[in-house]
Amino acid sequence: MSGLTYHIADNALEIKLEGDCGNFDNPSLAAELYALLSGGKILYLKIDGTSLTGWNAALSALSYGLSAAAERRNIKIETVRLPEDFERMRQLALAVHPHRPDKTVKALSFLERTGAGGLDVFKAVVKGGDFLAECLAALGRWIVGRAVMRRIDFWFALENASYRAVPIVALVSFMVGLILAFVGSIQLRNFGAQIYVASLVSIGMTRIMGAIMAGIIMSGRTGASYAATIGSMQANEEVDALKTMGIPPLDFLVLPRLLSLMITMPFLTILSDFSGIFGGMAVGVFMLGIPFEEYWRYSVDALGLSNFLVGLFHGWVYGIIIALCGCYYGIFSGRNADGVGKATTMAVVSSIVWMIVVTGGLTWFFSVVEI
Amino acid sequence: MKKQEAIIEAQNLTVAYGDNVLLKNVNFTVNRGDVFVIMGASGGGKSSLLRVLTGLMPPAEGRILIGGKDFTAADENTKKEIMRHCGILYQGGALFSSMTLAENAALPLQQYTHYSPQAIREIADFKLALTGLAGFGDFYPSEISGGMKKRAGLARALALDPEILYFDEPSAGLDPISSRLLDDLIKDINDITGATIVVVSHELASIFAIGTNAIFLDAETKSITGYGSPQELLKNPPNDKIYEFLTRGAKHVR
Ligand SMILES: Nc1ncnc2c1ncn2[C@@H]1O[C@H](COP(=O)(O)OP(=O)(O)OP(=O)(O)O)[C@@H](O)[C@H]1O
Ligand SMILES: [Mg+2]
Repeated sequence: MSGLTYHIADNALEIKLEGDCGNFDNPSLAAELYALLSGGKILYLKIDGTSLTGWNAALSALSYGLSAAAERRNIKIETVRLPEDFERMRQLALAVHPHRPDKTVKALSFLERTGAGGLDVFKAVVKGGDFLAECLAALGRWIVGRAVMRRIDFWFALENASYRAVPIVALVSFMVGLILAFVGSIQLRNFGAQIYVASLVSIGMTRIMGAIMAGIIMSGRTGASYAATIGSMQANEEVDALKTMGIPPLDFLVLPRLLSLMITMPFLTILSDFSGIFGGMAVGVFMLGIPFEEYWRYSVDALGLSNFLVGLFHGWVYGIIIALCGCYYGIFSGRNADGVGKATTMAVVSSIVWMIVVTGGLTWFFSVVEI
Repeated sequence: MKKQEAIIEAQNLTVAYGDNVLLKNVNFTVNRGDVFVIMGASGGGKSSLLRVLTGLMPPAEGRILIGGKDFTAADENTKKEIMRHCGILYQGGALFSSMTLAENAALPLQQYTHYSPQAIREIADFKLALTGLAGFGDFYPSEISGGMKKRAGLARALALDPEILYFDEPSAGLDPISSRLLDDLIKDINDITGATIVVVSHELASIFAIGTNAIFLDAETKSITGYGSPQELLKNPPNDKIYEFLTRGAKHVR
């Protein structure tokens, strides 16, 4: 006979441990015992190990678990000849009495949840507004030369957001130009107007696609890295250290990043515009057989200054959005690995959403003022 | 006196990061059941030595025997089998932030044992109770204090009832009373389970309270300059540095 058996005599629960219990693992039996202890009828718990010869971690954990459950309900515990090591571990675990934490999650009704959700949205708007205002204040301090920003941080951010981003922006925009021209040419061929592929690509890229491509690439490449860097600093208490030193984190962390994206995004937009146009040209010249000079003339003719500037302006605004979203989610990131991951995701998702929203607004604005 | 049986042997061990040599050709032996203290100045390579002992980093030269088996030259599976019997408490706790304390402590059990989920949860709660965290099983690491993180890390290290426990500065960042309780716990575990404990520590009170054997790493000579029980080292210090270390900077008058 080996294993755990129990019987109830009056209001006493007697547990017998016998033989070699080296493979003990019996969740249903354990659940029964716990149920008995919490049933309210039991006043004594006796654990008898007179003939116990072997045991494993599960048995030793169960003996502690039952004892602790009994203790919580003021049930008297008696142990009989438990093996010494077994008993000492049980005692050791019972001996340390921390204050019992209360961690109860209150269930909310539907109405409360809706209300809480609404409040959360409101709080988020206020928090975002505050952040924006503080960023403007930081920019103001920078303009009057009183911001605490290390020049080296700025150069580093500038380097990162400028020539290091050139290959990916150029490549992706080139491909987009290629696709635009290819898809356009299929439609235009029906009218024998293939030459207008040149105008299509050059207007499309300069007016909006160049800025959007640069924005999406930079939000994934740079905005995400801002959130991850600042988020890790938050997790590491570096942001707290800045605050206690009296250095506004916004000056120190946000300004260099914001300024460098504000400077580089227009240039990246131009790069994206022309990469796209060259992509279109590759299709026009090599696939559709349009002579190079002709394609070039149509492209340049279509290149209005206003389209070009509108595109540049979009790119500049996207730069601001990417930097703000990246830094915002970094600064308000959770203080652990998980939090940093979420911050990075949110930075990219929200910057893309904001880019689309702002583009809608700007498009409406430019159509009203007829540019 | 217990019978002396070597469990960890370091032979001609050289610890280095590239050209930056931290320890050169050191030899030492940890006996079964020892509480073996690794002492030395900050930046002296104690954590690095621990990384080598736990197989996170290969030694630049030399080898380590664990239980008589060559750990350094062992293949992945043998290493895993050896490490299954080792528990490690990292300097910063190294808890997984996306898991509760109980889940953290349960992870090695899920990985290496075939217990039912209920039994695993019970064992995890037991280990947490041993480290004074009864009832905190459902908390996340971000919701507890630094000292509690240390103890939760210890609970995780204890999960598999290891034969060897490695501690990197267990009492750093703890108040004197908690640190004393942790010392007691370490001693109790050593005493009850017979586990061998290798601990990196600067804390003098703790070194003297728990250490049965110790080595002193000297950053200048990149070698072990003191080897023996802490009391013995204090009584007959092999050199002035060790005396200063063990007396918090008192000058040694011979
Ligand atoms: N990943 C690494 N790469 C290169 N050098 C390292 C690395 N980690 C540590 N070092 C160097 O090794 C030396 C020893 O570091 P280690 O962390 O082992 O010191 P320690 O004795 O544990 O110090 P402390 O008591 O402060 O924890 C340091 O000088 C450090 O510069
Ligand atoms: Mg260290």
